[in-house]
Amino acid sequence: MQTWSLVSICVLLGVVVRWGVSLNSYSGAGKPPMFGDYEAQRHWQEVTYNLPVQEWYFNTTENDLNYWGLDYPPLTAYHSLICAYVAKMINPEWVELHRSRGYESPAHKLFMRATVLVADLLIYIPAVVLYCLYLTDGSSKKKVSTLFCFLLYPGLILIDYGHFQYNGVSLGFALWGVLALGLGWDALGSMAFCLALNYKQMELYHALPFFCYLLGKCIKLGPMGRGFFLLVRIASTVLVTFALCWLPFLSDPSEALQVVRRIFPVARGLFEDKVANTWCSLNILIKIRSILSSDSQIYLSTACTLLAVLPSSVKLLTKPTFWQFKLALANSALAFFLFSYQVHEKSILLAALPVCLLLNDLPLVAIWFLLTSTFSMLPLLLKDGLLVPYVVTSLAFLFFSLYLLSALEHCSEEELRLGAYHKMLFFLPKLDLACITRWKFYIGVAAMAGLSAVSVALVPPPHLPDLFPVLVSTTAFLQFLGTFLYFNIVQFSGPPSRKTQKKNN
Amino acid sequence: MAAPGLDGCSWFAALSLGVSLLKCLFMDAYHSTDFEVHRNWLAVTHSLPVSRWYHENTSEWTLDYPPLFAWFEFGLSHVAQHFDRNMLVVENLNYASPATVLFQRLSVVFTDLVFIFAVRECCRCVQEQKGPRDVLSRPSFVLAVLLLWNFGLLIVDHIHFQYNGFLFGFLLLSVAKHLQGALLFAILLNLKHIYLYVAPAYGIYLLRSYCFTQDHKDGSVNWRSFSPLRLLALGAIVVSVCALSFGPFIAMGQLPQVLSRLFPFKRGLCHAYWAPNIWALYNMLDKVLAVLGVRLKLLEEAELPRASMTGGLVQEFQHSVLPSVSPSVTLVCTLLSILPAVASIWRRPRGARGFLRCLLLCALASFMFGWHVHEKAVLIAILPLSILAVESREDAGIFLVLTTTGHYSLFPLIFTPAELPIKVVLMLLFVIFSFAALRKLYSGQGSLLRPLESVYLAGLVAVAIACEIVFPLSPWQQRLPFLPLLATSVYCSVGVSYSFLRLYASLLRQDEKPKQL
Repeated sequence: MQTWSLVSICVLLGVVVRWGVSLNSYSGAGKPPMFGDYEAQRHWQEVTYNLPVQEWYFNTTENDLNYWGLDYPPLTAYHSLICAYVAKMINPEWVELHRSRGYESPAHKLFMRATVLVADLLIYIPAVVLYCLYLTDGSSKKKVSTLFCFLLYPGLILIDYGHFQYNGVSLGFALWGVLALGLGWDALGSMAFCLALNYKQMELYHALPFFCYLLGKCIKLGPMGRGFFLLVRIASTVLVTFALCWLPFLSDPSEALQVVRRIFPVARGLFEDKVANTWCSLNILIKIRSILSSDSQIYLSTACTLLAVLPSSVKLLTKPTFWQFKLALANSALAFFLFSYQVHEKSILLAALPVCLLLNDLPLVAIWFLLTSTFSMLPLLLKDGLLVPYVVTSLAFLFFSLYLLSALEHCSEEELRLGAYHKMLFFLPKLDLACITRWKFYIGVAAMAGLSAVSVALVPPPHLPDLFPVLVSTTAFLQFLGTFLYFNIVQFSGPPSRKTQKKNN
Repeated sequence: MAAPGLDGCSWFAALSLGVSLLKCLFMDAYHSTDFEVHRNWLAVTHSLPVSRWYHENTSEWTLDYPPLFAWFEFGLSHVAQHFDRNMLVVENLNYASPATVLFQRLSVVFTDLVFIFAVRECCRCVQEQKGPRDVLSRPSFVLAVLLLWNFGLLIVDHIHFQYNGFLFGFLLLSVAKHLQGALLFAILLNLKHIYLYVAPAYGIYLLRSYCFTQDHKDGSVNWRSFSPLRLLALGAIVVSVCALSFGPFIAMGQLPQVLSRLFPFKRGLCHAYWAPNIWALYNMLDKVLAVLGVRLKLLEEAELPRASMTGGLVQEFQHSVLPSVSPSVTLVCTLLSILPAVASIWRRPRGARGFLRCLLLCALASFMFGWHVHEKAVLIAILPLSILAVESREDAGIFLVLTTTGHYSLFPLIFTPAELPIKVVLMLLFVIFSFAALRKLYSGQGSLLRPLESVYLAGLVAVAIACEIVFPLSPWQQRLPFLPLLATSVYCSVGVSYSFLRLYASLLRQDEKPKQL
């Protein structure tokens, strides 16, 4: 069959799975007074439509910042404004100032879900299709398989179409940036990434690799000459994009400062809720939050994050190839997720996107990580009543990605690039690392399945009410840490050899 | 280079698992009153003694399937009690707790395993071309997708809510087998009596191919080879299955009551949504003539009955200009239309494929001329045609027209806005796959569709846009709310009738050719 028909079938399947998930409940459904992320997005439509731009980020009588105040950069606000215009045409009650608080109806839910789908169809899905068709190696059948597994990644589907968020927009823009850089269009790529940054500030997790890759490329082209011109072009693109996005706020510096203050709230603690990163897991053994002062917490997390992300960034700076760039994206996002300040469990999606880019090259580890990232959000999904979609999409992803990408067949030591481990662990006897990796995969999946079943079926003992979320986040953390080390080691070992590439085709 | 992983028979397991997981995603989608119908039957069979089953009418959805289906619901109810006991209380009308929905939806997904098994058997029988072939272009793969991922079955069974999957499994398993086929078909008849439509095909085929053990050299019937023993065996099987099913009710003297429940002829010529058959065109013609007659002052408007043939409730109705149609007329028309097909299979039985063609024609003929036909009945014709389509180029062309039209006629079944993207996307998926795969199968043999057919199918898109998007936003929504249903069924009737005629033509043309050795 022709590639275009296979591609359209994959895209249509991706859309039907997304819409099937969207039939379920959303965050905060029927839970006054605060509801959840769904109500937050509706409230932002209300605020941006009814109030002038200058008041969006300020605490006024009309705009109570304690009730889901805007805390994303301006592009989110503009997107909400566009949605609000459409909402007003359909039913003005949905965005009426003050009166529409907590508005819930089947028609409104349909509208909100439709906005997510439209945004995905315009931004995220085309980027995925183009990436899989033009920037992956292999036969066209392998590319279509990669496309299908990429679109089937459960974490993003469950959060965007279940819990309700617009991660597809920011991740989509970031993916356009990666796509452009991969095709050599550096200025366009930087513009796309700036748009992503201006949509969600968490894209800063990806900022270092973009910066190091482009800087390294400029240096390689010659600091005096072509490299310098490239640098100027990129810098001006970035400045112009930022200026255009922040235009309404640039007239008054105090406004811009308020926006920044809303986007980066430093008054909160090291972590909130149970999240699968170092600090939360460490907190089980040592109560860091109580031992250290909040200032030293900030310093500690900043220092650890910088230390974790430094090796990968330096390596990318010295060797700016696309392969290094993809790995650096994964490493940087993971480093930030594991060690940064005030991390939410949904931030794992920022690490999941770069790993999706590696589905074609390192299938087994990528699939394992993507499954774990979905599993790490289980407590959140259970709270939103998304058990059935979680089970269905995770099973589908596990089965189809292992089957279509032949992940379990293509895991010799060479393909898994475990050569470096041998060098590191020279003092240990000669082990069959590929076999060990496969077994770790099986055990990991079994543990995740078991914990999922237990979290649903059993009631935790009364003196340990958070037992299951803690177990979930600790298991996920250990697997994330292992993947982080693995990707770092792979980034430092040689590039994929021609022989391995030919075998994979 | 062989595609990774797509070898051996693993692709069948992948397809089956994929479609089953997809079905689970539609659990919370819209379900029609059929959901309540089946919940009521679970309650009736579980809570009441057998003698009350066909007399019970607390709910308006009385038991109107044959007894074997009632026993099937009885079996299901024993599993249901572990999900939610309250669904088995007869008085709990319209009870739909999350556990109830979960149980009912999962029961459809599980019973579909019978259908999956049947599809596997069909794929094994498909003739393969020699030589290594990419999996995606193999006829068995294409057939598996066309059957497992059939749009009509997905929409009707897993959204609208019915149990057609396992019934079709029985149908497919019973094709072209003799004693086994008779047994399976008898069971099927006693599960859902709509399959009476295709009973003549089975009867004549089994009589001809099984009871006459030998043919003359030119293929005509050898009367001397009649085996009364075999006829007795067939009869015994059918009678014993029916006895098992209806026996208890005959013993209790409830047979008339059961039959009146099974065959409610008080309903109208057309279902609330007109099935795209001959009568839809007939009704349309009647309306057009009535309007013309009033305009040309040939008729008095006051004399015409109120136009409510597409009202939501089923009711008897009189035509205004053309003669009214009664159930006996439809029966006669149906019998006349299946006569040539059945006669052809008597004169020259062409083995399994000939039988399949006859079955399909009987099903389509009954769909075209039957009384109170549901548009879902077109699936009984579409599924067997899928098997013929992967083996013959001409059948593939007819298949594309019939399937696209038949599936589109199912659109009005799912009318809620939230499910609109699902039905549109699934329809597009099926259309793209069927066109692309069949075109690849017969590449190099010319185009599958004639130009007029392509234009007609393209027109379907226009009708779809008009009915789903333009009409709800237009001023006619209030005055003529049934216009989109009318437009859909009339436009689709043209396509279905055309496919019916072409299939008959291909059958009769094959008849004229000498028997292939």
